Amino acid sequence: MPFLNDLFVNLSSWIHGFLAHFLPLWAADLVMMLFTIACLIAFAVTTIIFINWLERKVIGRIQDRYGPNRVGPLGILQCVADMIKMLTKEDITPAQADRLIFNLAPVMVVVPTFMVLAVIPFGRGMVAADLNVGFLYIMAVSSLTTIAILLAGWGSRNKYSLLGGVRVVAQMMSYEIPMVLSALGAIMLTGSLSMVSIVAGQSRVPFILLQPLGFLIYLTSAVAEVNRAPFDLPEAESEIIAGYHTEYSGIKYAMFLLAEYVNAFIVSAIAATLFLGGWQGPLLPSYIWFFLKAYAIYFVLMWLRGTLPRLRIDQLMGLAWRFLVPLALVNLLVMGLVITLTQRKGLFSLVLVSLVANGLIVAAVVIIYAFAIWRRRQVKVTT
Amino acid sequence: MSREIYERLVEALPEASFEYLEEKDPAISVKTDDLFEVARYLKEDQGFDYLSAVTGVDYPDRFEVVYHLYSMKKGTRPLTLKVSASKEEPEVPSVTPIWPGANFQEREVYDLMGIRFVGHPDLKRILLWEGYKGHPLRKDFPLEGYQAIGQEEPS
Amino acid sequence: MQRVETGLRTETITVNMGPQHPSTHGVFRMIVTLDGETIVDLEPVMGYLHRCQEKIGERNTYLQNIPYTDRLDYICSMSNNMAYVMAVEKLAQIEVPERAEYIRIIMVELTRIVNHAVAIGALLNDLGCFFTPMLYALEERERILDLFEMASGSRMMCNYMRFGGVRYDLPPGFMPELKSVVAALPAFIDEFERLLTENEIVLARCQNVGVLPPDMAIAYSCTGPLLRASGVNYDIRKVDSYSIYDRFDFDVVTETNCDVYDRYLVRIGEMRQSVRILEQALEQIPEGEVSVKLPRVFKPPEGDVYHRIESPKGELGFYLVSDGGTNPYRYKIRSPTFINLTVLPELCKGHKVADVVAILGSIDIVLGEVDR
Repeated sequence: MPFLNDLFVNLSSWIHGFLAHFLPLWAADLVMMLFTIACLIAFAVTTIIFINWLERKVIGRIQDRYGPNRVGPLGILQCVADMIKMLTKEDITPAQADRLIFNLAPVMVVVPTFMVLAVIPFGRGMVAADLNVGFLYIMAVSSLTTIAILLAGWGSRNKYSLLGGVRVVAQMMSYEIPMVLSALGAIMLTGSLSMVSIVAGQSRVPFILLQPLGFLIYLTSAVAEVNRAPFDLPEAESEIIAGYHTEYSGIKYAMFLLAEYVNAFIVSAIAATLFLGGWQGPLLPSYIWFFLKAYAIYFVLMWLRGTLPRLRIDQLMGLAWRFLVPLALVNLLVMGLVITLTQRKGLFSLVLVSLVANGLIVAAVVIIYAFAIWRRRQVKVTT
Repeated sequence: MSREIYERLVEALPEASFEYLEEKDPAISVKTDDLFEVARYLKEDQGFDYLSAVTGVDYPDRFEVVYHLYSMKKGTRPLTLKVSASKEEPEVPSVTPIWPGANFQEREVYDLMGIRFVGHPDLKRILLWEGYKGHPLRKDFPLEGYQAIGQEEPS
Repeated sequence: MQRVETGLRTETITVNMGPQHPSTHGVFRMIVTLDGETIVDLEPVMGYLHRCQEKIGERNTYLQNIPYTDRLDYICSMSNNMAYVMAVEKLAQIEVPERAEYIRIIMVELTRIVNHAVAIGALLNDLGCFFTPMLYALEERERILDLFEMASGSRMMCNYMRFGGVRYDLPPGFMPELKSVVAALPAFIDEFERLLTENEIVLARCQNVGVLPPDMAIAYSCTGPLLRASGVNYDIRKVDSYSIYDRFDFDVVTETNCDVYDRYLVRIGEMRQSVRILEQALEQIPEGEVSVKLPRVFKPPEGDVYHRIESPKGELGFYLVSDGGTNPYRYKIRSPTFINLTVLPELCKGHKVADVVAILGSIDIVLGEVDR
């Protein structure tokens, strides 16, 4: 068991030791770094293949059908076939497009996605770079995607793409705020921005028990942040064809797809890290726990996609600014109070007080909401 | 019922001339010039608020436009109005100002039958493309169309 | 007005939605003028699927036209058959045996269920559902199409009805199968409703969108669920009680808020009413002949008739002029969706892009019928 537990960590130190035999130490470090990067990219590609297959299967089941079942056992090679198709497809650049921007955008979408992977702790000691500003780094790097997508929408010189690009900017900028605010709760509890410390801070109790509300806000804004249903407006098929990637085909389209799926996985992974205790868990090796948690959250995303229709753009912005941002601020304030009040009072009282505080916030929201509905009804009757 | 309406029409609009056509679906035939007034009277005074169908028919001696009207409130059977237009210059007043629902239907009749509706807000082809030659539903239009191979387009 | 205050120079953009667009339900085009995301103007452009069916109809004999009516609204071929054969029967004054009337009603009401289920599925697709309601609808549709196949030999292009009856009597094994399908339908509709009716996002997207006041609906000649969702109690099955609809006990479903959501509710309600009609028809259907003998060369007498039925999409009428020959002199199709589209620009102005597809979906067009 300990062997399995530290499999990847031991492997990497073994390789490092092996290299150090005939290379100077700095060169061995460099090679190790490159090797880690290669591993992460390979991991991203395999993840998308697996996630894509899983999503098709799950949504197939939701819709009373089988999903892919022809290529390979259980259709697991379907995505490989799709990748081959996409990579060998003709690569079309529209005649009127801004070629530089058009070609730059897919690359710019993928790069930040891979960069975020660097700070995610996949297991005990399994993190490519333990930055002490880990979460800040994630937010900063992943915001770059917004610019890349706007470039894609602008450079295509297609009105649908433009609409999609503009929607992306509005949506991602709005939802970043509640996302960060809700994640701040977890950061306040640990007092560190480092992802590794945040996981370590949850060794006794996962933060979802301390702030279920923060978790829900985070999940909602994360779904919007990665443009998935019901917030998939930037690529709303029924309205603006495929949004910002309408004009892309072949390998460039594949890159958008790759970024999209990896991003969706990353937000699930971050949610697992911030709120579900990351790789911590009994019995099973740490990385297995991590993936179980991340995929559990990803399953929720698939479930949403299979069930819900899409919001409209004004409703989407309204949800962010009128509901999630104030709620996240209140949540943050209350969490701050709770942490201050229960200092040195032990874990049990912290959990209890947090839960009560969260319940109070939810009750307040429900009352306000019910009042709003009641007033709307009144107005309807009078008019 | 059509008989009743016919009698009321004759009474209400003495200067117009009508003809009652006793057929399977009884119909009232109206002169082209009176159509607009008759239509307005039927809508405003007799409650025929719903225009169901506008049809053009190419008879050997004349064009005919057929209107099927109902009253939603009374739930009546359709009242059929017929109006004739000349073969050379088929023109009929548009009833779109009275029943906005006639808009696309009149455009369709114009498109396929070539009957002009005077007073229509936007009379242009609807099913065929702008620049199409001829009006396919006319009896003298060849089944293969003018654009078929080996045939000259009419000027 | 705000534009001047902010000092920003903005422009409207014109977007061609269609003819190749995922949610125009075929080859339909809308020239949309947008101010940001808001619709300033919209012009429908159609005719991409125009086959000049009316000209073809004048070339064909009366009998030859029946399969062509299948291709009008290819989701409800049975209703189209029925409207056409009833118009010809009115022209030639043919009596229809009782059993044939019952078979027709059964087929047409099944068609209505198919159409409404698919319409709701397509509407939800337009709203951004990832095919889940659509596939639920298609699953039920399959079972009904199997029934059509048993009776007519074809699933979609049924070509089943004839002047004075139907082509074949129901095959053995049809009735038990039909009974099981009808028995399962309420559960299907309930499941559909559980998924959608109270769904918060469906409510947010559909309520107060595309409001069509009743007087406007009448003025613009709207028919079918569109008209009834605007609170006009007008169902040709009740008004004309053609065929044998007077023998069945059913209600006309109307709603009062006149929006997209009400059109959805009307369709759900009509599916339930159709199930009621089917249950009654199943009990009442007699044995007997299913068609009358007609001369080999069918020549109806001279004259013109207009006959309309309540097809699932609205008033489907056929205007036939006969000169006493073997083919119709004039063969006019009053297609419900073509005329329902007249009101589309009025409904869409001032809404967002996303609403346009929802409104179009709620009108429920089939381009085979719009363009003819």
